[in-house]
Amino acid sequence: MHTVLKSATKTVTIGHDQPFCIIGERINPTGRKKFQAQLRANDLSQLAIDIEQQVNGGADVLDVNMGVPLTDEPALLGRAIKEIQSLTDLPICIDSSIIEALQVGLETYQGKALVNSVTGEEERMELILPLIKQHGAVIIALPNDATGIPATAAERMVITEKIVRTVEKYGIPLEDLVIDPLAMTVGADPEAVKITLETIYLIREKWGLNMTLGASNVSFGLPYRHAVNAAFLPAAMSHGLTSAVMDARTANIVEAVRATDLLLGLDPWGGNWISRFRALEAAKAAAESGA
Amino acid sequence: MTHDEIIKGLYDETLLGNAPRVLALTQEALASGMGPDTILFEALIPSLEEVGSRFERGDYFVPEMLIAGKAMAGALNVLRPLLADTGAETVGTFVMGTVKGDVHDIGKNLVNIMLEGAGFNVIDLGVQVAPEKFVAAIAEHKPDILGMSAFLTTTMPMFKVNIHEITKAGLREGLIIMVGGAPVTQEYADAVGADGYAADASTAVRLAKELIKKQRASV
Repeated sequence: MHTVLKSATKTVTIGHDQPFCIIGERINPTGRKKFQAQLRANDLSQLAIDIEQQVNGGADVLDVNMGVPLTDEPALLGRAIKEIQSLTDLPICIDSSIIEALQVGLETYQGKALVNSVTGEEERMELILPLIKQHGAVIIALPNDATGIPATAAERMVITEKIVRTVEKYGIPLEDLVIDPLAMTVGADPEAVKITLETIYLIREKWGLNMTLGASNVSFGLPYRHAVNAAFLPAAMSHGLTSAVMDARTANIVEAVRATDLLLGLDPWGGNWISRFRALEAAKAAAESGA
Repeated sequence: MTHDEIIKGLYDETLLGNAPRVLALTQEALASGMGPDTILFEALIPSLEEVGSRFERGDYFVPEMLIAGKAMAGALNVLRPLLADTGAETVGTFVMGTVKGDVHDIGKNLVNIMLEGAGFNVIDLGVQVAPEKFVAAIAEHKPDILGMSAFLTTTMPMFKVNIHEITKAGLREGLIIMVGGAPVTQEYADAVGADGYAADASTAVRLAKELIKKQRASV
């Protein structure tokens, strides 16, 4: 199954036979005081810096979240999307749980956007899925509901089943549905990642759907988080994960992903792997001769 | 084992998060005639305080703190009914929950551990707590403090909704309300009408004690 995302000029395909799709997560003011203050003052200059870092790091898609407390998030998100599309041709993942923000975001966006996200709750799906259908966008859906995050893969499968049926009912093709199998923190529950991996495997077996998740979550509260993240993604990929929302600035995580592409036959003859090596060597040589 | 050895054992094993050992030592302590308040105030609470300061310094990590909390909770299950019999006054009662729409619980659980470690009686309502559930819990437990947690900018507005419902139910007066969570700021806490905000677990405990002291001094 191929999930296609588009900007005005660029297409990115997510699939089990495609290289892993890295969704850069940095364009998000949560926990960034200075960035929040800038956004409140209508100053969007930080966007160019964040975009450049994610693109240089190897992001294929950019997650955009404009959740600044006590602001008009829909208006801010609309302006940010316009600005970002003037700076990069990468497709965007519009990230908000405010329906009006998603609406403005989808109206502003040029192309076929990814939307992050909807839960398996009826009333959330009723609000968001018509918007997805109307704009021909792609939706990320989380198999949790009003009772919280299911502790077992079997329960997550039940909610995923409900999501799949609802998405079909709205006439949205299944390739425009991406499931987030829920990556929880291993430091808070030793079984958390095993359950996520099992969920990924079962969803792939049953529906062949594309999947994405917030990869940094697993290592919360631990030392050497980058190494934990870099070990998690190859395991998740080999179970059937096709994309992740992650910080593309961390080179060893991106490297782990691209090496796994090669090992799983998603980068035949190492074309991408070797090009990446050459680009890095060239950058190194340029830096040395410049110094 | 002498009483001193038991106290030291409880302190050390709590620090390591060895729940079965802490439980066994608690039972041994009680069997040897040690009072539940001695076990709590001379071993468990000092140990959890040390866990908290190690965490604050960056020497301890989340899993270490969580298992220390679990070890203490196991002992508290045994001690709580006995403590109630002795009529020992608790530092305060704290009702805690993550707001509706939000399933994040790690930060909240860390604060709970630190509060229990400081001697608070903590009633945890869990995640996705609806306004009516907060109201019912306040009516039932009559806590000194209500703590609300939100991890998302989109669920933070529930603080205001909940405070409104609590006020409408006539339960706001005399109740201290504290809020926290990754995106929350002092400015935001003030805007929604909370009485306190803390950026991390140990600050939350200090602030909780201060606010209770102020409250009790004023009545």
